[in-house]
Amino acid sequence: MPVFSFNDTLLLATILFSVGLAGVLIRRNMLFMLMSLDIMLNAAALVFVGAGARWHDAAGQVMFLLILALAAVETAVGLAIILCLHARGRPTLDADTGNLLQG
Amino acid sequence: MGEILLPLLILSPLAASLILFVTAGRMSAYAVGTVACVSMGLSAAISIALSILLLSGPATGIVQTILWPWMHIAGFSADIAFMLDRISMVMILVVTIVGLLIHIYAASYMRDDPGIARFFGSMTLFVASMLVLVLASDLLCLFIGWEGVGLCSYLLIGFWYDNPVNTAAARKAFYMTRMGDAALLCGLLLLATAADSLHIGTVLAAAANGQITPTALNMAALFILIGALAKSAQIPFQTWLPDAMAGPTPTSALIHAATMVTAGVYLIARLHDLFALAVPVMALTAVLGALTILMGACTALVQSDLKRILAWSTISQLGYMFLALGCGVWQAALFHLMTHAFFKALLFLTAGAVIVRTHHEQDIFRLGGLHHTMPGLTAAFVIGASALAGLPLVTAGFYSKEMILSGVWPAHFRLIHELMLSGHFLWGMALLGAFLTALYIFRCVFIVFFGKVGTTATGRTSRLMTIPLACLCVLSLCGGIIEMPTTFPPLHLFSALLDPEASHSHADEPGWLVLAGAVVPLAGLGVAWVLWGRPSPVMCEIPGQAAVIRFARTGEGIDVLYDRLFVQPFRFLTWLTRHDILDYVITGTGRLTRTASTSVLRARSDFLGTLTLWGTNGIRGADRLLGQIQNGRVRWYAAWIAGGLCAALAMAVLS
Repeated sequence: MPVFSFNDTLLLATILFSVGLAGVLIRRNMLFMLMSLDIMLNAAALVFVGAGARWHDAAGQVMFLLILALAAVETAVGLAIILCLHARGRPTLDADTGNLLQG
Repeated sequence: MGEILLPLLILSPLAASLILFVTAGRMSAYAVGTVACVSMGLSAAISIALSILLLSGPATGIVQTILWPWMHIAGFSADIAFMLDRISMVMILVVTIVGLLIHIYAASYMRDDPGIARFFGSMTLFVASMLVLVLASDLLCLFIGWEGVGLCSYLLIGFWYDNPVNTAAARKAFYMTRMGDAALLCGLLLLATAADSLHIGTVLAAAANGQITPTALNMAALFILIGALAKSAQIPFQTWLPDAMAGPTPTSALIHAATMVTAGVYLIARLHDLFALAVPVMALTAVLGALTILMGACTALVQSDLKRILAWSTISQLGYMFLALGCGVWQAALFHLMTHAFFKALLFLTAGAVIVRTHHEQDIFRLGGLHHTMPGLTAAFVIGASALAGLPLVTAGFYSKEMILSGVWPAHFRLIHELMLSGHFLWGMALLGAFLTALYIFRCVFIVFFGKVGTTATGRTSRLMTIPLACLCVLSLCGGIIEMPTTFPPLHLFSALLDPEASHSHADEPGWLVLAGAVVPLAGLGVAWVLWGRPSPVMCEIPGQAAVIRFARTGEGIDVLYDRLFVQPFRFLTWLTRHDILDYVITGTGRLTRTASTSVLRARSDFLGTLTLWGTNGIRGADRLLGQIQNGRVRWYAAWIAGGLCAALAMAVLS
């Protein structure tokens, strides 16, 4: 007996995705952008989970696990890039300052 | 024998000319002179041999040879053929012997000139052309010689070509004679169409038996007369001859005495049977000849240049020949041609020697008293002048002029029914001419050789120059006694030579005619003595202020007239053809078309350009827009991706 209907799940996922997207587009801090990306990934994962629940299929859970791993990797890589930039002498988290192709 | 000698006669100077032109000045002056003189000597020897051969035969005998047929087409044929009869015999003797003497003289005269090879090459070619002209038995072949003579006169008058005056004189001579050549060619073509051949015998026979219509005959005779007038510098073509003095003096002697100007006289004498049938043309010939006598003599009377006096005297004397030809006494014309060749060559060569020894001074008023320093040349010049004036009994000129005068007296021309041109009138003009001749030539003698001393003469006349002068002196004095006036002992060798059958008994000729012909030159001499010869001469110098004298002196009146009449209209014509109206129209149309096409082209290219500009501007704007998309800001990229995704979703859902 599902607590939420599939439509509610999709609605929630859409809201989450929109929030995440808005965060990516609006925030200039790269840490927050990474967090917003995670929110978007979670929204997508929520759709998989909802769909798995709706059609009683375990593949949705599996996809959730994959996306979880993917999000962890993505965050790790993103943080590593930020650290590298720091190490190269760019002590800033502002995403817009990296718009020029120079070392 | 004669058939072989005849071409050799022409070949000899021709070969010399070829040698001299081909070696092109590599030979020494001595060698050049030797080659030319030897060839001329050979030619003279051959002509004497041929004369003996001809005279030993029957009276009407001729020597002729056909070298090769030139052209044979339907209705016309021409050969390279030569013929020697008694008329041409006189001519070849004159041409080769006088030519030889002039060449010997020139070998010394031109010794120091760098162009001596060119000079003698032209001179010998001149003689060869003249011999072709004289010997040709075909009028077309004669025309070759006629043109060759014109060419060589051009080469020789413009011999010192670095002076533009000389080349202008050469061009003038060439143009003036060219006009006559064109007329002569017209006459020849008329005869050729009428008689189917230009062989002289055939043409004369056709004219005699009425094969040629009178109109064609008269036209042909008129055209040939024009050609002869131009070649012999008669009115109205007289202007080239005085300018021809620009050439070296031996050239002048050759042109005036042996070759070139006598060609016209010879041509008419050769065709005298044809001319006898064209009465109006004969009258024209006589009248022009008489006018030329007076005109030439009057102009010579006011000249101050020694050579120009002689040039005008040549024109005047040729007038006598044309008068004689016009009156039908062509024997007299040839006789005068012969004696004139002697004394005119003598006068020119003496004048040349005088000019050389006085450092090229030709103005007779700056010369003077030369009989002190050069008695020999004075004697030679006086002999030549006496012969020219025709002093009675002792000079050749007297006999020939007498023959002309006595031939002119009985002549009469029936032009139209009532209009008669009497020979008495022409005789009077000729007699006046004889008086003027004596006057102007003795004016020259008294001023140059007697008078007060002018320029100093230096040097000596070389032996090579004196020998020809001596020979010509003898010929000028004794050359005339072969033909006596009718009232004298009956000695008519010359006319008997030319025309054996004709009887020369002018029974009706009054004796005072001869007397008048004898007295008039003496009167001229006397008047010249009174005016210029006495110790205190009446006239030292011409009062040159008189406009008529100035007008006559340069002969420029005629030149100006011709300039107005012919040269200016011709220039206008050439101007017109150069600035062609039709050409203007065409050019204008072309220009218009070009302008139109240019503007169309420009419009088209402008349109395309504008279009292209717009295109590029649009592309550039789009490029800038797209470039702004690629701003390197991650968030914008993400926004574009999101936007694009939304758009794609919207299209997928809404469609």
